[in-house]
Amino acid sequence: MRKNAIIEKTAQAILTICAVVAIFAVCAITLYMFIKGAPALKEVGVLDLLFGTIWKPTASTPSYGIWYIILASVISTGAAILIGVPIGLLTAVFLSEISGRKLGGIVGSAVELLAATPSVIYGLIGMMVLNPLMFKLEKAVFAGDASHQFTGGANMLSAIFVLAIMILPTVISVCTSSLKAVSDNLRAASLALGATKEQTIFKAVIPAAKSGILTGVVLGIGRALGEAMAINMVAGGAVNIPLPFNSVRTLTTQIVSEMGYASGTHRQVLFTVGLVLYLFIMIVNFILLRARKAGVARED
Amino acid sequence: MSKKILAAITAMGLMAFAFAGCTTTEETEATSKSLTGNIALAGSTSMEKLCEAMSESFMTVNPGVTVTVEYTGSGAGIEAVTSGSVDIGDASRALKEDEIAGGLVENVVAIDGIAVITDTSNSVTDVTSEELAKIYTGEISNWSELGGADQPIVVIGREAGSGTRDAFEELLEVEDICAYAQELDSTGAVLAKVAATPGSIGYVSLDVLDDTVIGMKINGYEPTEEQILAGTYALQRPFVMATRGAISEQSEEVQAWFAYLNSAEGQEIIRAVGLIVPQ
Repeated sequence: MRKNAIIEKTAQAILTICAVVAIFAVCAITLYMFIKGAPALKEVGVLDLLFGTIWKPTASTPSYGIWYIILASVISTGAAILIGVPIGLLTAVFLSEISGRKLGGIVGSAVELLAATPSVIYGLIGMMVLNPLMFKLEKAVFAGDASHQFTGGANMLSAIFVLAIMILPTVISVCTSSLKAVSDNLRAASLALGATKEQTIFKAVIPAAKSGILTGVVLGIGRALGEAMAINMVAGGAVNIPLPFNSVRTLTTQIVSEMGYASGTHRQVLFTVGLVLYLFIMIVNFILLRARKAGVARED
Repeated sequence: MSKKILAAITAMGLMAFAFAGCTTTEETEATSKSLTGNIALAGSTSMEKLCEAMSESFMTVNPGVTVTVEYTGSGAGIEAVTSGSVDIGDASRALKEDEIAGGLVENVVAIDGIAVITDTSNSVTDVTSEELAKIYTGEISNWSELGGADQPIVVIGREAGSGTRDAFEELLEVEDICAYAQELDSTGAVLAKVAATPGSIGYVSLDVLDDTVIGMKINGYEPTEEQILAGTYALQRPFVMATRGAISEQSEEVQAWFAYLNSAEGQEIIRAVGLIVPQ
């Protein structure tokens, strides 16, 4: 009895310590990002930094505007979601509602492999396959247009396609499990009322799984927003207005590509870029929390 | 294994000192083995790779000497050595006349060369520095304007803060007005992208030039070590370690530092970081 009590106590202590490590890490990161990211906001000026459109950190009169960088992150993530979520959701419908066990197994393991693929592989394929194709498209679209700066296919469109593929596994797996969690009674009731299988899926099952699907979308946003390596390899990396055929830089690649040699205010601004990214991720997680709560409330 | 290497390095270092002793005075030779003190350097950020490699190796050979290097920029480095707050001022450019008149001695320790590269299918392989500046500022945007195929020019460069970018823009006098289509964060990435993208142009340090790309002639001169040493190839800059007065007037540690730079081992380090040994 006493021995068991000791084991209980010890286990509890170890578990508590582990939990504290996670909390401590989050608090430390948050604190660090604010401490490191805030000075540049003061030094450069909040408006000049966040909404400035000229990024010339090493010029004799430097300019640290990151507005185009923020926009590039938001737009490429948004567009990737627009492309990736429908494909992901429909794949999830296929997996949970239509496919047999055998075919479902094959698609399922393909999705898992896609999820486990390191982002540098996506970047490599994007750089070697997608970019040359984009260059051909770019030459066709802008033939004879002297005002367009040719990027060799490294543009925002490439980044969007790569991101859309990269968020697929997240969206698919979360959506599949939430669709599978929908009670079979609902399907039976819908079919009994004379609805076809398609009507049942789109009018009854998907609405019932709404909060789970939203969770998948939000997780996809988080993944797309935080991706650095693949984007760095395919998006060109010059700071430009985020148009489809322009070479762009996102919040993540901004830090990756310039941290190496940056110093002084330039370096501080990169921390502010990190802070902005971190705030975006916090907002995404907040929405995620709300979506989950809404889901729980619905099930009650 | 590592002990052997260490022993070899030490032996080479000692030999270098013996050399240094010969060229200066007998006294140096006698004391060089137990040299203690500090050497302070400040200046060019572009010279970081060279200074780090050199100081690390130098301190292995001379455990008693501490070398500190600050990377504050060429201008600040020259100022610091002029005011006497450091022993050596690093500058990745030739000294100006007034700086030399102010008592500084220009010790060129290495030469940095930049190769302009294009993909192997490009028929334009020779450009003038004016044309190059126009390509990088966006004034020339198609190879046909330079007598090549009707092919848009994809302008590739390095990220802000890169030493190669600084050097390139400075030498062509296009600082902060370049219009890059792609900004990549490593020499290897530039090389790979240029090799893979038809109609592209990029710049890399001379030492990484290989046959996956064409190293363009500038003003008719090939990007080779011979042309750089002859002074005909335009895209080059000296790495200067400026001292107040001649090297022989410096402290023993500083004299040992320069002796080490000129030793076989020091020159090996200069080559290893991609630079050219001046003659």
